[in-house]
Amino acid sequence: MSSRGVVWLGSPSFPDAARVALKDDQLRANLKRATGTIRDKRLTVAAELDDWEELRTAAEAIKNRTARHLDHYLVQLEESVTAAGGTVHWASDAAEANRIVTELVQATGEREVVKVKSMATQEIGLNEALAEAGITAYETDLAELIVQLGDDRPSHILVPAIHKNRTEIRDLFRAEMGHWGQPAPEDLTDEPRELAEAARRHLRQKFLTAKVAVSGANFACADTGTVLVVESEGNGRMCLTLPETLITVMGIEKVLPTWSDLEVFLQLLPRSSTGERMNPYTSTWSGTTEGDGPSEFHLVLLDNGRTDTLADPVGRQTLGCIRCSACLNVCPVFERTGGHAYGSVYPGPIGAVLTPQLVGVEQAASLPFASTLCGACYDACPVKINIPEVLAHLRAKVVEAKDGHTVEGLAMKAAGKVLDSPRLLGAAQKAAALGGRALARNGKIGRLPGPLHGWTDTRDTPAPPAESFRTWWRKNRESE
Amino acid sequence: MRIALFITCFNDTMFPGTGRAVVTVLERLGHTVDFPQEQTCCGQMHFNTGYRPDAVPLVARFARTFADYDAIVTPSASCAGMVKENHPLLAEEYGHEQLRRDVAGLVPRVHEFTEFLTDVLKVTDVGAHFPHRVSYHPTCHSLRGLRLGDRPQQLLRAVRGIDLVDLPAADSCCGFGGTFAVKNADTSSAMLADKTAGVLATGAEVLCAADNSCLMHIGGGLSRQGSAVRTMHLAEILASTEGDQL
Ligand code: SF4
Repeated sequence: MSSRGVVWLGSPSFPDAARVALKDDQLRANLKRATGTIRDKRLTVAAELDDWEELRTAAEAIKNRTARHLDHYLVQLEESVTAAGGTVHWASDAAEANRIVTELVQATGEREVVKVKSMATQEIGLNEALAEAGITAYETDLAELIVQLGDDRPSHILVPAIHKNRTEIRDLFRAEMGHWGQPAPEDLTDEPRELAEAARRHLRQKFLTAKVAVSGANFACADTGTVLVVESEGNGRMCLTLPETLITVMGIEKVLPTWSDLEVFLQLLPRSSTGERMNPYTSTWSGTTEGDGPSEFHLVLLDNGRTDTLADPVGRQTLGCIRCSACLNVCPVFERTGGHAYGSVYPGPIGAVLTPQLVGVEQAASLPFASTLCGACYDACPVKINIPEVLAHLRAKVVEAKDGHTVEGLAMKAAGKVLDSPRLLGAAQKAAALGGRALARNGKIGRLPGPLHGWTDTRDTPAPPAESFRTWWRKNRESE
Repeated sequence: MRIALFITCFNDTMFPGTGRAVVTVLERLGHTVDFPQEQTCCGQMHFNTGYRPDAVPLVARFARTFADYDAIVTPSASCAGMVKENHPLLAEEYGHEQLRRDVAGLVPRVHEFTEFLTDVLKVTDVGAHFPHRVSYHPTCHSLRGLRLGDRPQQLLRAVRGIDLVDLPAADSCCGFGGTFAVKNADTSSAMLADKTAGVLATGAEVLCAADNSCLMHIGGGLSRQGSAVRTMHLAEILASTEGDQL
């Protein structure tokens, strides 16, 4: 296992994990309801903007330009942040990032930090690393709190607890909130407003006393050194403004060339992620300001596989991702399996392409195949990341890594030989027609043993007809 | 116009009736068609499963076989998509200069069957008669790959006697995805179950599409559930006439 986080140790391959998830009817119902609602909302609010496609094109162009000159913009960002009174740290992998953050917290003498929801810190396993150093991290985002209280794993980029319904959440709050912070009220119902209120009360003490906060970043502007967090609940803003020290961990691909580029992304992001025209809270900060907000600001720039991804001309478009989760919500595979099946912090279509690139395809070889290449994700993506193209590209890398000497590889080679010869294909068709008809009853092939059983478990297959098209053609048209 | 049929290896072997239907429709419209016997396969299975180099000889064979035709027509949205999108890519990645040029020259002449009828021949009424309740499933490759839009429905609406009914959640994937249905059989089956439930809800006698692979998958599910709903390639509906019901 590499020192790069991203993948949960000991995760089964996607098909195995999916099999377990598919048996959970409650999970499937929760997912279907949640993704269905958000999918419809997104379509409605996207259709309101008559320049939606132009915005997508602009976003793609900005992200491409950023990727081409990433080194330049990162150095510029470092200069701007430093000039504004912040400190920039560079972390090449998860272990280094965790070490940097742990030392920064230790330097404050604190043993507790409050956290703003962040994919980057999930990716590096920061909470676990801090715990090892005796520091407790408290998640303040409602959904992250649900995951943390349940000792669970996130299953969605934006709604980490999407796999749970309201009743399950209420039960969890009642059982767990009393262990720290304010307990849940005895008569707590499963009304969303009541649940949010219980979380707010539970966390209030932490907000008011915490001296250190850790956040991620949605964007950072190279020209002004401005860092940005976009959120719905306002809990993030409490963490970003109340503590004395703010530590932000950010993937290096999150940089944007200029402040004005935000115009494009702040229209695309909320519409694509929550289906809202605007997100309730957008917090921006540039370094530190005397008497206002944290007096110390640290920005940790995380590589963790990103420069390797950048080196691949097809794969690098993945770095344009703004983590809106639109691709998850439209993905028919995600809708059935949920996020845990992906065995990674990044689930769904984006996870299926990002994870193998960050950790190396051998570490996540089943993920590029966890898709039908239906293309719904590509259509939904606000930055036009061609996820099916990257999936197919990574499949070739997986096959290459396995060196072709698998049963499948040999079968593909054999099929290639047959298909490159009309004569062999004709012979194979005759054999298939004979063999198929021998297996069939009433013209249908039922259950088969061996590797094809997964197919025949739920489907009949028609027996190949006695006469192929090419034979028919020869008899009926060639002779004319 | 010299029209060549690319019937695809899968249709050739499993669904020869679709090829015959395409011939019927095009001849009825007054065109002469050819079936170059050197054709085999577009290489989609190899490409999509990650065996790219093994697909390259098939790309070269395709370019060779169809070089001299004005139009290459295929009753498979996914194979048309493979040729249009990925042959250039494979030629670029592995091919020599000549192959790249041949593929680039050929791609604009390759047409999916319904798109060929509506956009090249400019017909929507092909003189078909099919007095049945029919639902149309837009496969992912026809919907999002080739962006066929409502071309197939335009053709179907012009069929006499047809009762065309909408499929619920029509644009969601049926779960086939080539080797996906084998590699991720459980997820594929879960997607299939929702699709067949949608088909049954329409009360249609026939489900049609522009891709036999997805139809084999959906039809296989329906058959296993004991349903009498038939799956038919859209070309077979268009080939039906009053005197000659398929
Ligand atoms: S890949 Fe695109 S759609 Fe998916 S999370 Fe990233 S930006 Fe959103």
